[in-house]
Amino acid sequence: MKTVSVRSIKDLVARLCVEANIILRPDIEAALRTGYRQEANKRSREILGMLLENSRLARTRKLALCQDTGMAVVYVDVGQGVRLTGGSLEHAVHQGVREGYRKGYFRESVVRDPLSRKGKLSGAPAVVHTSLVPGDKVTVTVSPKGFGSENKSRVKMFLPTDTTDTIKKFIVKTVEEAGPSACPPFVIGVGIGGTFEMACYLAKKSLLRPVTKRNRKPGLKKLEQALMRDINNLHIGPMGLGGKTTCLGVNILDYPTHIAGLPVAVNIGCHATRSATGNL
Amino acid sequence: MNKGRWKIADTVLYTGTLYTARDQAHKRLVETIRAGKNPPIDLAEAVIYYAGPTPSPVKNMIGACGPTTSSRMDVFTPILLEHGLRAMVGKGARSEEVRKAIKKYGAVYFLTIAGAGAYLSTKIKSARVVAYKDLGAEAIYRLEVEDFPLIVGIDARGKSIY
Repeated sequence: MKTVSVRSIKDLVARLCVEANIILRPDIEAALRTGYRQEANKRSREILGMLLENSRLARTRKLALCQDTGMAVVYVDVGQGVRLTGGSLEHAVHQGVREGYRKGYFRESVVRDPLSRKGKLSGAPAVVHTSLVPGDKVTVTVSPKGFGSENKSRVKMFLPTDTTDTIKKFIVKTVEEAGPSACPPFVIGVGIGGTFEMACYLAKKSLLRPVTKRNRKPGLKKLEQALMRDINNLHIGPMGLGGKTTCLGVNILDYPTHIAGLPVAVNIGCHATRSATGNL
Repeated sequence: MNKGRWKIADTVLYTGTLYTARDQAHKRLVETIRAGKNPPIDLAEAVIYYAGPTPSPVKNMIGACGPTTSSRMDVFTPILLEHGLRAMVGKGARSEEVRKAIKKYGAVYFLTIAGAGAYLSTKIKSARVVAYKDLGAEAIYRLEVEDFPLIVGIDARGKSIY
């Protein structure tokens, strides 16, 4: 049995926090570049140009892409052939996030008590999703989630008899209401099916998929493309000031659900939708 | 700053002082005013920037510093305008109540480049905390900026870009 120390997972998490926050994902950068080439609205084009310049500056000066370095969402896939040693996996992840955020000079945006809002801010805890998977590797993905876009996300329990068209309208309406303040152009994560929390999890997880890749199921691929068209037709544009570029990609994930229901979640991702992955 | 001269969608490269204030700082400013006390900054002179920067290894500097969602400050803005505030910088649309108050007091609301924190940090020449240090990233920082890009979102006549 392969042994992995939780300390090495902590170090990996710290490194990925830094990487995710300062290096724009290549798929997002490419989508912004395409938007910049195709945008006809002069001001929108200028803003897209500044976002590309922002990415260059962040990478070369090791600065955070955005001051909202988010709440870290960490996915840990542990191979079933791995034995973890040296303490608690979850503590190691939180400690890694704490260290990564200090090392990167990132904003500590996590408030310990959500109601009183009191106490010193911290980079941690992260939101941790752990899965047991076949194999003998540990794969870690860190995805810092900014709250300008997170605040505009929605979940709705549809009727099993509702049509795909009704669901499409809900998704487009959610994006329309997200509007200028959620940092368009967006990456839209959609979770369909499962239970209440599963739909939300899927919506979030779908944001990890490169925007250049479509769902492998032909029906969902078509739905992603149709939503992308409808959302771009909203003409929200960069900073909400108009233009063709409202959406960089729509990513859908689905799961079987109950005969009585049809949960749908929409997680809004900003134009700095971030994630970084590493293995042990 | 001559607030009356700008129209919506005008672009401005601003050189001068910005004071950061976001959710918790706004809550405290308004509590202070309601208690009949003086806020820690002179509102009539201040341009408030809705932002919470990342720290920097360099002294008297900050890291990334882009705007946060302005609408979360909407409940606090009219009372600040009533007490002298005339200019704000943030991202996104404002409430109808804020738009009317901006018109009433001849103030101005600017947008700046949302999500371009690293880019905007290059326009900031110095930064120091002037109030509410215990709030960490939500403290009030005094920023000296040069050629900081602004777009007029709501002008003194109450016209809105959105």
